[in-house]
Amino acid sequence: MSRSLRPLVATAVIFAIAYALAVMQFPSMFSTRVLGNFLTDNAFLGITAVGMTFVIISGGIDLSVGAVIGFTGVLVAVLIAWAGWHPLAAFALALAVAASFGAGMGLAVHYLQVPAFIVTLAGMFLARGGASVITQDSVPVNHEFYDWISDLIIRLPGGGRLSFIGLLMVAVFIIGALVAHRTRFGSYVYALGGNPVSASLMGVPVARTTVGVYMVSSTLAALAGIVFSLYTSAGYPLAAVGVELDAISAVVIGGTLLTGGYGFVLGTFIGVMLLGLVQTYIIFDGSLSSWWTKIVIGALLFLFIVLQRLIFAASTQGEKAS
Amino acid sequence: MTRRLLSRLANPQLLALLGVLLINWLLFPNFFRITWQDGRLFGSLIDVLNRGAPVAILAIGMVGVIATKGVDLSVGAVMAMAGAVAATLVVAGYPAPVAVAAALAVGLACGLWNGFLVAVLDIQPIVATLVLMVAGRGIAQLITEGFIVTFTDPVLIFIGTGSFLGFPMAAVIALALLVLVTLLVRKTALGLFIEAVGVNRAAASLAGIRSRMLLLYVYGQSGVCAAIAGIIVAGDIRGADANNAGLWLELDAILAVVIGGTSLLGGRFSVPLAVLGALIIQAMNTGILVSGFPPEFNLIVKAALIFLVLIIQSPLASRIMPTRMPVREASK
Repeated sequence: MSRSLRPLVATAVIFAIAYALAVMQFPSMFSTRVLGNFLTDNAFLGITAVGMTFVIISGGIDLSVGAVIGFTGVLVAVLIAWAGWHPLAAFALALAVAASFGAGMGLAVHYLQVPAFIVTLAGMFLARGGASVITQDSVPVNHEFYDWISDLIIRLPGGGRLSFIGLLMVAVFIIGALVAHRTRFGSYVYALGGNPVSASLMGVPVARTTVGVYMVSSTLAALAGIVFSLYTSAGYPLAAVGVELDAISAVVIGGTLLTGGYGFVLGTFIGVMLLGLVQTYIIFDGSLSSWWTKIVIGALLFLFIVLQRLIFAASTQGEKAS
Repeated sequence: MTRRLLSRLANPQLLALLGVLLINWLLFPNFFRITWQDGRLFGSLIDVLNRGAPVAILAIGMVGVIATKGVDLSVGAVMAMAGAVAATLVVAGYPAPVAVAAALAVGLACGLWNGFLVAVLDIQPIVATLVLMVAGRGIAQLITEGFIVTFTDPVLIFIGTGSFLGFPMAAVIALALLVLVTLLVRKTALGLFIEAVGVNRAAASLAGIRSRMLLLYVYGQSGVCAAIAGIIVAGDIRGADANNAGLWLELDAILAVVIGGTSLLGGRFSVPLAVLGALIIQAMNTGILVSGFPPEFNLIVKAALIFLVLIIQSPLASRIMPTRMPVREASK
């Protein structure tokens, strides 16, 4: 087994053990119905987390994704419900707006040379404020296109359903993994996260890659916003508050190093599923209150960070004096 | 001497605050009117001081952390936890001083935990404090069992809403902390050590600075400041709301510190200017409210402000306009 795959394997093993324990307690959790709902309920989080994986591998962070989800939801809902646009046209506009938004943040990160978290923090304020300025209410969307999409279901034996948005998330993960590991852009992102100075000396177009990474993140966040709008049939400016934290948690749990340069898109998938498992378990249990979700996610985050430290302390000993 | 004092006063932050206040005055002519009523001062300016105090207190703690090239994302969650502890204890019949001490101890413990992760386990500050940011609010809800714990304890309520010499208690506490921390970092070598660790931790360690203890100290200080802010906010609403107390205030605190000219790349910081930054943010908030604009504009104005500060601070700008303060090349 390749040494560099260890964190991925660790995450997968922990997910398998956690799922096995949950199934032992609630046998009905092992069903196509629960698995199908896993995909549907976490679709928007998963799509966001793919973009976040790219940002974090490049050595940055994007705090604006939750706000972009909220903004996209409102924009799409307003265009469809108030302006009478066709949903597909509204989706296209929302994706374009988000892509230019991400490009702006990428430009700021590269040319102002400031930490990404403060730039994307400003982006978060901007997107959340923009959504609230458009409307402060929840805007419902009633369109036959939405009904048509929600009827697109593959039924599985055992009562499970694979929804369109669940499959969309899986597709985004597969494309994301291919882009990360099989394209030139993907290698640039890894190089940039590993060491920006040597990356630029080796001829990696640092500016273009940085802008590209934040464009990918914002565009995927907008796609997640569209999925969220399909999922809830409404747009609300305060939707998806705090999703950036869940996405970052999923990425870290999936074995991606927050210092950049190292990580897996597929690991993020397991991370998202693990977060979903925690939530599903707490719903199944019934007696545990919802705040346990946060505590367990915090504990998992801690566990995986320490695990990463241990694995990497062994391989890069003496590199850092403290 | 007077010239030095004048050039010190004419810093961009103070001018910005005056500018914001002036705009507020143009939009709302009664902005500067202060009245004396029931033994305390009333008016929009006093309101700025009172409402700005929690963020100012958070910023006082955050300055030290950011000066070491770190960041503390958990302060909002720590506020919620401290408020929850104080409220639950007074409701359970403990005297207020015990409740306050316990809340401060919780803040210190949280800060030391963050410091332990950063200093000993060598985890990046954003991630290390993210753990408590996610889990802390859950723990706060665990303490209050999901309810908003309301209390009638006069001491806690006084901390949140009382007044001292006519000034709101929260502002007085913030001022006392400001003086204390400024003296601590500027009249001892502590500030120098913090800056040394922020510039280059390895070099500072080699020069004999105990950087681990120092990091534990700055994160501990940030935790205690967050706990104080948490007690004030709980006293203000006479209850501990685990869900909303201090929500997103960590971002305001970071913003205040950045406006105050503290470099996010570490090594340069100012406690009074960070407090001034908090007051600028609050003056804008109050201005938007009293002049009748929808409060949502706040976020957009804040975003514009961040970009403005970033552009001024960036190496690009310093190449175009050489300033008296040498800006280190970003080492990214």
